[in-house]
Amino acid sequence: MSEKDNKIIKDLTDNEYKWGFVTDIESESFPKGLDENTVRLLSQKKGEPEWMTEWRLKAFHAWLKMKEPRWANLKIPPYDYQDLRYYSAPVKKEKLESLSQVDPELLKTFEKLGVPIQEQKRLAGVAVDAVFDSVSVATTFRESLAEKGIIFCPISEAIKEYPDLIKKYLGSVVPYNDNFYATLNSAVFSDGSFVYIPNDVECPMELSTYFRINAQETGQFERTLIIAEEGSYVSYLEGCTAPIRDENQLHAAVVELIALDNAEIKYSTVQNWYPGDKEGKGGIYNFVTKRGICKGKNSKISWSQVETGSAITWKYPACILKGENSVGEFYSVAITNNFQQADTGTKMIHLGKNSKSTIVSKGISVGYSNNSYRGLVKVHKNADNARNFSQCDSMLIGDKCGAHTFPYLEVDNNTAIVEHEATTSKVSDDQIFYLNQRGISTEDAVNMIVNGFCKDVFNKLPMEFAAEAQKLLSISLEGSVG
Amino acid sequence: MLKIKNLYATVEGKEILKGINLEIQEGEVHAIMGPNGSGKSTLANVLAGHNNYKVTQGEIIFEGKNIFDLSVEERAKEGIFLAFQYPVEIPGVTNYSFLKTALNEIRKQNNLEEIDSKEFMDLLNKKMKILDMDDVFIQRSVNQGFSGGEKKRNEILQLLMLEPKLALLDETDSGLDIDALKIVSNGVNVFRNKNNAVLAVTHYQRLLNYIVPDFVHVLSKGRIIKSGGKELALELEEKGYDWIKG
Repeated sequence: MSEKDNKIIKDLTDNEYKWGFVTDIESESFPKGLDENTVRLLSQKKGEPEWMTEWRLKAFHAWLKMKEPRWANLKIPPYDYQDLRYYSAPVKKEKLESLSQVDPELLKTFEKLGVPIQEQKRLAGVAVDAVFDSVSVATTFRESLAEKGIIFCPISEAIKEYPDLIKKYLGSVVPYNDNFYATLNSAVFSDGSFVYIPNDVECPMELSTYFRINAQETGQFERTLIIAEEGSYVSYLEGCTAPIRDENQLHAAVVELIALDNAEIKYSTVQNWYPGDKEGKGGIYNFVTKRGICKGKNSKISWSQVETGSAITWKYPACILKGENSVGEFYSVAITNNFQQADTGTKMIHLGKNSKSTIVSKGISVGYSNNSYRGLVKVHKNADNARNFSQCDSMLIGDKCGAHTFPYLEVDNNTAIVEHEATTSKVSDDQIFYLNQRGISTEDAVNMIVNGFCKDVFNKLPMEFAAEAQKLLSISLEGSVG
Repeated sequence: MLKIKNLYATVEGKEILKGINLEIQEGEVHAIMGPNGSGKSTLANVLAGHNNYKVTQGEIIFEGKNIFDLSVEERAKEGIFLAFQYPVEIPGVTNYSFLKTALNEIRKQNNLEEIDSKEFMDLLNKKMKILDMDDVFIQRSVNQGFSGGEKKRNEILQLLMLEPKLALLDETDSGLDIDALKIVSNGVNVFRNKNNAVLAVTHYQRLLNYIVPDFVHVLSKGRIIKSGGKELALELEEKGYDWIKG
């Protein structure tokens, strides 16, 4: 595998952020600013039913009373939420009947990003929902999935077509007033993906959403809702990029997962938002709330994430392990370079008996960056025999960066077994010398060592994603050795 | 193949090598012996191009070329191989991918195509058999959790896979029991042919019972103070280093 990686790495060595282009497309956007009217207008624009508008307004009013969280180990410059557009969408000529009617500029954009939205160019059977700024522009394989009763569509459509499911589950895991960013999202989310897997159906292909921010001075607030009914299985992938811009753009997403009895959801993210330039100018603020509930017995939710992008990352994918014997997993690689900051980790909330959770976090800090792992393992008093194993490893490259670990344990049941291991390591000169002596360049050597460090997590990613993750890693590491 | 002329080198400002002269031809095995701190390992590291060692005077001519300006990996690609005294661990990187990457780097240098997986596995299995290594080794991380003997065997496996022109063995016998010493030595002897050469750095004579040298050099305080045939090693073993220093 590795010799191929190294070739990929070589191909990419002259690259910086190669997804930084802007698509020139006519778009319709709201003026800057956010008030009650903006929320109403947005809801109206999307043709939403009254109950949805009300839900948004409830969130908006709650948000007005909230403050940005400041407990993370992050330096977040003041952000003006009024100096932002809350809706931007490519102008649609007419209602789309098929993909062939999608604006060719948009198709080109996703093609350039390597996102397969033309079904004939299907890639290893991945169905894609492509979200461009505030709207979903294409969702592939909908018909073939529908044959199995699977719903895979933009959430804006689901609100209209499956109101019962939305009413039942939207906000059921991340309440409308959960935290500052999630609440803002509840008020102004524009689109995102909706997935419903019926009883005993194993989703035959990977489902994937690709998020692209294009417009200037626009925030992206997408919302994803995945429901896995009893005995079902789905693997879901999320990818994202943005153009290079000098200003900081806000991305505040919410993801909710619901797994019922014996259901399994595997959610993988390769987060590659624009990280800012070498001096720390620009880049995306990625303030995301992701939470899943293992509602039924023997259910399982697995989060895998590879975080390479964003100027600032604030993100803690969580599992509420309510069902008996339910399983939560979190596998994370977070790499920060230059002036990037990341405060990321997970929460495992054990409520059900015999619930199990595994946390494997690999943080790599390069340049002047700061990388923190923050994780909570909470065992409720009724969660007999709950088990958790956490492994948090940090790797430092250079001596100007920082790595931090903040593990929180709250255990209220004395039959629980909770283990935590943590290590900090450096890429040592001896390792580099050893690999150099075998004819391997320093750049390839660092890549090899870091890839080895992340192996436990990469092994958990779906195949195509693992390759993608390794590529991204090599780009993020670029210039890390002088 | 190798010509070392009046070589001086320092580490952290301290002069360790003080005028080494040595010539090695194809097909030869040279042993460098000497007490602790005499500069044996320094010599091996300087030849490999380690950054911590600064050459302050003299020349190293390898295959007719002054290698002063060549980096560690360039020297490796030219065919200089160092079998480490303390091989490092690289967690998460399998021996398979490590060896294949290294081999392909060397092949690239020689304008050969990347080796295909089948051919590579056949080659690897063949070489592993020579060193009596178990199959599970292929998927283990490089040197991680290896015993001292396994690490040394792994070094010799790399030697057999990469087939360099010049093998520098840095205290390859240290930490080996007699059975492992035999296996490792046998590996080196399999490597030997009329086109390559071995420079073995060792404190003890026992390695030289198995890897029989053509020349033995005694290093003391950064200088070669005596050279001779293989019988010199035996004499040293018997009389100790003081005999020669005095």
